[in-house]
Amino acid sequence: MAALINVPAKAKRGDVIEIRTLTSHIMETGFRHTVDGKLVPRDIITSFICRYNGAEIFRADLFPAIAANPYLSFFTVAKESGKFEFEWIGDNGYSSTASASITVE
Amino acid sequence: MPTTRRQFLSLAGSITAAGTLPIVTLRPLQATPAMLNGAIRNIVGEASVRTGRVKLDIPPLVENGNTVPMTVSVASPMTADDYVKSIHVFNEKNPQPNIGNFYLGPSSGRAQVSTRIRLADTQKVVAIARMSDDTFWQVVADVVVTLAACTEEMN
Repeated sequence: MAALINVPAKAKRGDVIEIRTLTSHIMETGFRHTVDGKLVPRDIITSFICRYNGAEIFRADLFPAIAANPYLSFFTVAKESGKFEFEWIGDNGYSSTASASITVE
Repeated sequence: MPTTRRQFLSLAGSITAAGTLPIVTLRPLQATPAMLNGAIRNIVGEASVRTGRVKLDIPPLVENGNTVPMTVSVASPMTADDYVKSIHVFNEKNPQPNIGNFYLGPSSGRAQVSTRIRLADTQKVVAIARMSDDTFWQVVADVVVTLAACTEEMN
């Protein structure tokens, strides 16, 4: 699945940087009905994890009240050059990953 | 003997129970304030929740409840011994009281999280932060929603 990741390419050591992520997902709430009255089964992303050089720096539990195509923005301290890894996990075995690299001077 | 209303209703009830009439199940379409309190207690436990330190940026009036931008920030130095452990966001009247749980740490640098949420009705949104010393702080915001999310029909 397509994901948009926004991480600064370069940062000074110790800077607080913002990480923004957007992934495409329907986030079907499980509370909607079709016109003929059938309940549409829930299909959401339930969990998001961000790792910085292997260490978890941010995690989120998502619920049906998160809008479709979940957007998340959060912060971290730029400690060293390396890689951010992002992982989305959801209903029906959904799993998606993305990554971004940063140079810390 | 004329059938009284009471007899008719009890008869109708027994027919329904026997399955000869379609059974209509009622499901709460809204979380109640009690559900909100229950969801908060699940996170907070017995601890008391004080008001302050948390800031919730959300539009007071939204036209479309399907995507409402929201930012929660917490006043915290975010050092190794004084930081925000987690931020929890709840609502009062969606079908489910939880919106999201966000787990931070001292390496977050700034205790701020943004996302986009759904709101099914005009209601209160509550953000609670858990500090590293396990105290809880909250803020409550009122949001007026003109087009509801979550429960509309699909085409």
